[in-house]
Amino acid sequence: MSNKKENQGIVDRVWSFFSSITLAVVVFSVISLTSIVGTIIEQGADPERNIKLLSKFFGDASPTVFRILDSLGFTNMFHSWWFIALLFVFAANLIICSLDRLPRIWNIVKEPIKPLSIDLLNTMPIKREMVLKGKIDNAKGVIESALNRIGFKANVHLQDNGLQIYAERGRYSRLGVYVTHFSIILILIGAVAGIFFGFNASLNLLEGTTSAVAYMRNGKEIPLGFEIGCNDFEVSFYENSDTPKSYKSWLTILENGRPVKINGKEVTEIDVNSPLRYKGITFYQSSYGFSPTKDSLFKFSVTSNDGKKQDVQLKFGESFNIPGTNIMGKVADFSPALGIDEAGRMFTYAEMMNNPAVLVEFTENGKPKYNQWILKRYPQTWRVPDGMVEFKDLWGAQYTGLQVRKDPGVWIVYLGSLVMAVGLYAAFFMSHRRIWVTLKDEKGSTKVTIAASVNKNKAAFEQKIEKLLGGLHG
Amino acid sequence: MDSSQFFGISSIAYILAMVAYIAYLVFRNSTLGIIATTITSVGFISQTIAFFIRGKEFYDIGQMGIMRAIPLTNLYESLIFFVWCLILSYLIIEWKYKNRSFGAFITPIAGMALAFIDISGMDKNIHPLIPALQSNWLLAHVTLSFIAYATFAISFATSIMYLAVTTGNKKSGAYIFWTVTLGIFISILVTMGIDFLTFKVVARTSEAFIKSYLFKATFRSASGLIVLFSYAASAVFVYLVWRYGYVLKKLIESFSISPDLLDDLTYKNIAIGFPIFTLGGLIFGAIWADQAWGKYWSWDPKETWSLITWFVYAFYLHARFLRGWRGHKIAIVAVIGFVSTLFTYLGVNLLLSGLHSYGGG
Ligand code: HEM
Repeated sequence: MSNKKENQGIVDRVWSFFSSITLAVVVFSVISLTSIVGTIIEQGADPERNIKLLSKFFGDASPTVFRILDSLGFTNMFHSWWFIALLFVFAANLIICSLDRLPRIWNIVKEPIKPLSIDLLNTMPIKREMVLKGKIDNAKGVIESALNRIGFKANVHLQDNGLQIYAERGRYSRLGVYVTHFSIILILIGAVAGIFFGFNASLNLLEGTTSAVAYMRNGKEIPLGFEIGCNDFEVSFYENSDTPKSYKSWLTILENGRPVKINGKEVTEIDVNSPLRYKGITFYQSSYGFSPTKDSLFKFSVTSNDGKKQDVQLKFGESFNIPGTNIMGKVADFSPALGIDEAGRMFTYAEMMNNPAVLVEFTENGKPKYNQWILKRYPQTWRVPDGMVEFKDLWGAQYTGLQVRKDPGVWIVYLGSLVMAVGLYAAFFMSHRRIWVTLKDEKGSTKVTIAASVNKNKAAFEQKIEKLLGGLHG
Repeated sequence: MDSSQFFGISSIAYILAMVAYIAYLVFRNSTLGIIATTITSVGFISQTIAFFIRGKEFYDIGQMGIMRAIPLTNLYESLIFFVWCLILSYLIIEWKYKNRSFGAFITPIAGMALAFIDISGMDKNIHPLIPALQSNWLLAHVTLSFIAYATFAISFATSIMYLAVTTGNKKSGAYIFWTVTLGIFISILVTMGIDFLTFKVVARTSEAFIKSYLFKATFRSASGLIVLFSYAASAVFVYLVWRYGYVLKKLIESFSISPDLLDDLTYKNIAIGFPIFTLGGLIFGAIWADQAWGKYWSWDPKETWSLITWFVYAFYLHARFLRGWRGHKIAIVAVIGFVSTLFTYLGVNLLLSGLHSYGGG
């Protein structure tokens, strides 16, 4: 018996500890302050960098300070046990605090407005009086329609020597705060689900290759359960500038070596803000790189002067023919980013394919005829004396950098966000407004007594009531 | 007419409005008040038109649809949008509270900011967007964040004013707090102004500006002498604000602004800003990050600082309503909230590194 009582004492004490607002205010402060430290110490970085940073404040002691901070988890703070514990305390505080108060609020929320006695009406924060010409029935109609106009649905209660009209709005908005708090819990649940049942990896795929795995930050392989292939990757630029306009990859999903159709297509185009989703795994365009091999293919579309057209693809050093002529072209040089300096000399200004160009040597019957740089982005360079050589792509030389993620919790997080938006709207932009209008016969006229209450933003409601009264006179 | 002419009209209008508001306060003549409001409204309408024209110019260049045409991509546009939000909020306050006293404080800020943007030679060109920034979520995120920043800025101003009118003793903690904060705040604004004038900024994005130019003419100058002088000048300035802070108190009192009104305005602005910031700053930001990087939350410094700011304002709301904090204590929390907001916007880029530099291009 006594044992049970003691237990209850502990439960009660734990409960009241977690339901206190003081704890909430303390937790807000502690999370904020530690987070500040977490943004100053670079997270998950090379120790050298942080020691250098710390030496600005601590001088020679910085390696020691670093070791202390490191052992306390500050170098990977947001994943450290104590920060996670802090978030749990926050969540427990939020849940218990809300549960503690919910019954009281729920009692208010589930009770619709009732007619009240004069004594109670006198305690209401907003009170007005006026006299209307005409009988009660007339006044009743006027007031009902006035209430209707400001969105209140009137109820009528007959009482001795007159009647009471009463109405309310936004009763459920009182729950807004709790909905907001609940949404935070939802978001935390979603985040935890993501951490436990998902992964975050990356994958670099050269054009023309496939992979069945992605790689974690620490190099660990994550099997995808299918294969993904990159058919092509393209950066496009704004006209005459090196400001990238889009990064696009064309990807194919393969199951047992066979392409799978997604939205009716075997090849899916992705770019930075539109990823590819398949079987709960999402592929985001996140970076790219240039790493040509000797198998990379130059793709041209060649047209002769009399309009014969042919698409060709060839490796470095190989030749093609301008259709209907004896002229052969050979790729003799390549630059991923050809630029021209003030002196008119050509040079390569970037490691990436910002402005790919090929030098083509043309021969007729084996005799050199002319050379020309052909630039992918500049059609005016495609024209050669004996036709048009459009440089379409160097394929198999770029890789696309994909962020590969599985996060089964993300929908809970989104749902939580939606719930939060609703909750905040109710908490800040709605209020529970109640109004009671008592009508009494007074020598052929009607005496109108208005009493009203609102749980916040009293001034706005008073204004509305003034307006309503103004309308009655007119 | 192009957008810059309309911007010009609005900056002149705001300066004229300032004169009218001050005249109104001095002579207490209601016609002057109406004139002041009218001029401000004209400036506001003109700025709105300019905003649309710039949107159209942007649309013609970007060719990426209406939603991508909202001009909010660089420092120039952000500042102009900020001024626009400020004036809009002011007009709403004037209308709701039937009180024109704040006009004399707000319109000069707006007018000077616009004039300054004009003379500083800040880059006004329209630049196309890099891929990571081509997102409607980002746009909603940036727009709503700026609206929230404007409400927080107003709550900062009103809470500083609150502290100014309710403190008198130079030795009291609250007095020292508000004078030092205001002193540092103005020093930072002035030094930023010097940067703009010195470098005629050509950086495309606010990120790039902050990284490469901010305080480079003063606190971060290459010359040690200038650095020393900058710090000394700021320290002297802070001292002067502390020494003569009571002047502000007299000024506010002469404009017959009551502490209760200031406290109420602080709360109202936070009550509007908080949900907007939650939705626009945190939620839309997370959705954008999710779409662009495949991670809705990665604890990078900018995200973390947004969260810190959010916690400070949550602290404000809970302390006010549940712990019954009033007066100096709660006003100080409101000031800290805006300091945190500013750090989220400027300090993170300046002092800390992070994923967001990806957006800087
Ligand atoms: C950062 C997380 C939190 C957010 C965004 C949040 C949001 C809110 C909001 C918007 C309100 C309404 C304030 C107003 O009326 O102006 C509120 C009230 C309240 N909050 Fe929180 N809250 C958070 C955390 C907490 C925690 C951890 C507790 C736990 C102790 C808590 C307890 C309360 C209580 C008891 C109320 C008043 C409820 C009522 O009026 O009946 N909140 N909260």
